Amino acid sequence: MKKNLKGNTVVEIVDVLNTSDVFKELSHPHSGGSCVFVGTVRGFTKNEQVLSLEFEAYKAMAIIEMEKIAREASEKWALNQVIVRHAVGTKQIEDPVVVVGASSAHRDDCFEACRYLIDILKERVPIWKKERFKNKSVWVSAHP
Amino acid sequence: MELLMFGVAKDIVGQSSFRFDEGDIIPKSVSELKDKLKATFPEFKKLSSLAVAVNNEYAEENEVLKEGDEIAIIPPVSGG
Repeated sequence: MKKNLKGNTVVEIVDVLNTSDVFKELSHPHSGGSCVFVGTVRGFTKNEQVLSLEFEAYKAMAIIEMEKIAREASEKWALNQVIVRHAVGTKQIEDPVVVVGASSAHRDDCFEACRYLIDILKERVPIWKKERFKNKSVWVSAHP
Repeated sequence: MELLMFGVAKDIVGQSSFRFDEGDIIPKSVSELKDKLKATFPEFKKLSSLAVAVNNEYAEENEVLKEGDEIAIIPPVSGG
């Protein structure tokens, strides 16, 4: 599921996340730099070994929320390109699962925007992850 | 009224969507819906938060629910 907003913003939910093209996608003649955050599957939670992660999305709403976050970032900072892309399905340790990025004329804008994109995504976008351990599986953040 | 379930909400209900029985009193607002869900499935009370989305937008407690709305139960999100 992919949406291009005004030509300079891409929000997307994918089955497999490829991070190798992201710098090319963020490249822009008016940008002096790009900032990217990649979230990956961590193999340990509280010293307990994680076998895999499973991501589930309410896709239609997730795309809308991702668009809002990208738009908000574009209003707060002077950005030339914005990317918000998340994977769904079962992921293995070290797999990339989310990438957010921004490019701008000067570095402060894209650094700050990138932080905003990932922090608000984790707060608001209806995507859930289940950690699979050897003897149990747990929906992250579900319980206090 | 059909409710879409995701994440731990799906586990609590045991399926990806849920309908109240015919003859049940249908909740008229988001807060009534949450109360009814918690009464029907007490496990919902144990979640760290519980949100409702109506037509792909987070809904306020007093939002009125209408026939034909797409209603989703949003347990604590954890993407990223």
